[in-house]
Amino acid sequence: MALGLTGYVVFAVLLLTVGVFFMARGKARSSVGGDVRVLHSLPSYYGYNAAMFTAVPALGVMLIWMLAQPMMIENAVFKLIPDRIIEEGSSRGLVMSDVRRVAEGLDVAVAQGALTSDEAASIRSDSTDIRSLLGEVGVALGSTVDSEVLFAAQEYRNQSAGGLFWMSVIVMGLAIVGGSISISVTRAEFRARNVVERGALVLLILAASLAILTTVGIVLSMLFESINFFRLHSWTDFFFGSSWAPNFRGDSDLSILPLLWGTLYISLIALLVAVPIGLFAAIYLSEYASPKVRAAAKPLLEILAGIPTIVYGLFALLTVGPALVRIFGRGDDGLLGVEWMSGATAVLTAGLVMGIMLIPFVSSLSDDIINAVPQSLRDGSFGLGATHSETIRQVVLPAALPGIVGAVLLAASRAIGETMIVVLGAGAIAKFSLNPLEAMTTITTRIVSQLTGDTDFASPETLVAFALGLTLFVLTLGLNVLALYIVRKYREQYE
Amino acid sequence: MNDMRILERDVETNAIKIAAKGVQVFYGDTHAIKDVDVDIQDKTVTAFIGPSGCGKSTFLRCINRMNDTIDVARVQGDIRIDGEDIYDRKVDPVQLRAKVGMVFQKPNPFPKSIYDNVAYGPRIHGLARNKSELDDIVERALRNAAIWNEVKDRLNAPGTGLSGGQQQRLCIARAVATEPEVLLMDEPCSALDPIATAQVEELIDELRQNYSVVIVTHSMQQAARVSQKTAFFHLGSLVEYGETGQIFTNPEDPRTESYITGRIG
Ligand SMILES: Nc1ncnc2c1ncn2[C@@H]1O[C@H](COP(=O)(O)OP(=O)(O)O)[C@@H](O)[C@H]1O
Ligand SMILES: [Mg+2]
Repeated sequence: MALGLTGYVVFAVLLLTVGVFFMARGKARSSVGGDVRVLHSLPSYYGYNAAMFTAVPALGVMLIWMLAQPMMIENAVFKLIPDRIIEEGSSRGLVMSDVRRVAEGLDVAVAQGALTSDEAASIRSDSTDIRSLLGEVGVALGSTVDSEVLFAAQEYRNQSAGGLFWMSVIVMGLAIVGGSISISVTRAEFRARNVVERGALVLLILAASLAILTTVGIVLSMLFESINFFRLHSWTDFFFGSSWAPNFRGDSDLSILPLLWGTLYISLIALLVAVPIGLFAAIYLSEYASPKVRAAAKPLLEILAGIPTIVYGLFALLTVGPALVRIFGRGDDGLLGVEWMSGATAVLTAGLVMGIMLIPFVSSLSDDIINAVPQSLRDGSFGLGATHSETIRQVVLPAALPGIVGAVLLAASRAIGETMIVVLGAGAIAKFSLNPLEAMTTITTRIVSQLTGDTDFASPETLVAFALGLTLFVLTLGLNVLALYIVRKYREQYE
Repeated sequence: MNDMRILERDVETNAIKIAAKGVQVFYGDTHAIKDVDVDIQDKTVTAFIGPSGCGKSTFLRCINRMNDTIDVARVQGDIRIDGEDIYDRKVDPVQLRAKVGMVFQKPNPFPKSIYDNVAYGPRIHGLARNKSELDDIVERALRNAAIWNEVKDRLNAPGTGLSGGQQQRLCIARAVATEPEVLLMDEPCSALDPIATAQVEELIDELRQNYSVVIVTHSMQQAARVSQKTAFFHLGSLVEYGETGQIFTNPEDPRTESYITGRIG
């Protein structure tokens, strides 16, 4: 079985690795007659070194091979499919997926004993009903199998098997060669420790570059989809239009401006809630609270930061929204006797709850920043006869201001990118309005709604999500960079 | 060390400015100051010397009640300035600190302009009725601190941009601007280079005309150069207190002698 072979090869390589580890370690020991002090490195370093050269090249080649082989085989098999069998409305890609399915089906049939491997390689569709045969072993096919498709599938299996065979040979060979070379170089003066150090370094670099490459990949994929969008829809409407009215029959108005307005308005309210409360909490905790209070209050605030945003969203929808309606709505039954608010979802609802979410974020950042203000400045101010609050207002906060501005910008960028709270709390109506009691919608909410349900990735109504996402990304990235720049500048001031 | 200069220095007898009796300080369970009695004269520079950790700073901070800002610190005993008990319930420590200025080990100008640094105290205490009065106070303080000529053209530049020695003199100007009667200095030159140190020492000598100055120093040469009276602390106790010349040439206590000759670090 194909998967089995790969599994055996991996198992063999690992076994060899372990064996080589002990052999190299033993050889290092015995090469100096057991006096480990004569060795350049500790004996286990020789073992690690040998294990590294056995496993890493072999498994690395295996990984690359397994990624590359299907592509190469598909390219080869692709040419076997004649244009004739590609039906109207279908495509080469669809036929190709049929081929893969038949090939898998044959694999299954062989595994279950319904076919011998010779039969699988030689049956013809004119003599056997492939569809019912595969149906019996549990692989359902949509239509009868063309002889060309069957042939292609057999060729596919053939090449896969050959490829796997060669892969196993090469991988095992590499493991054996790597292992024996590294054992043969194991001598007292061999600097195994340094080589292992290098290996560790490469591993770390690999991890770092993987993280960066992923980011780049995500941005690029968003960029490509956005370019697709701008091919289908005018960018002037997207950036400067005035209305958002997607229409799945085409001809939609897709302007980001009303969404941006909603986003910024809700974020503004959130910051109006979070910044004063968070900052005052931070001032209390870092300047006034006794160590005991601090030890109790900080973790509590951090719990607030650990609540999933969907829970905040529910809180907005089920608690805050109805409470606001009771105050600002319901006409004579309401608390104020006014009829300003009709539904629970509103800018104010989402803004308030998002503000609550941001409090711990603002307070813990500000707390760090206030603590970074040197005690000597406070002493200087106290020494001149200033009170505690005068000292905070006139010395500590001005000194911490750049850092606090940075913290606020970071909070703003969180607010702009926040999704769940606005999905549940803000509503779905895109409009320009100053009334915080009306439902409005945000960029993130629209991304969610454009991508959920039946989507056709060729229509501008769907692709607009990527353009929105990219704009949002640029916006928050800009804010983050600015904030980090300010915070860093501030740190330098006191180092 | 210029021993000859000490011997020749004439010491006028002045009125007692600060009288401390039976002062004890505890940091939690640590007994940092043990029963210290000392009378500090007006218009005199008094030096506190002693090995590090012996409680010099702690005692200094009792005089302007800066220890109140430390949660674990507890002060007992009686300290009077001009006969008034500064630990009396009626005394507001914040008000007291305007009268007893303090200069710290590391120059700590606020991240504000030079002008605002000096005007900080006068503004808080409402010492000036208008802008021009405030300007006068700032100028006078900067002149007193012997830094006016260096900064008069850049009063709006940030105080943190000055050199270390200038920063320390700015801090002295800042302390002087609230018109204190006593100036406390905790190792004011320990973060400065020799030239800046010389300038500050010269300034301290001038300040003696108007203030009672108490200076903590780890440098015996400095104590010898700037002070008229010296107090030697050891392990939280005041071991010996007297004329600087006397202490440095003819100490009574063997511990003082060991410290001065370098046997106690
Ligand atoms: N804030 C504080 N909390 C607890 N103990 C302190 C504190 N400040 C000083 N001490 C202790 O009090 C003693 C005297 O310290 P200090 O007055 O700073 O000495 P000096 O200035 O002579 O070097 C030392 O043992 C020190 O550890
Ligand atoms: Mg000290």
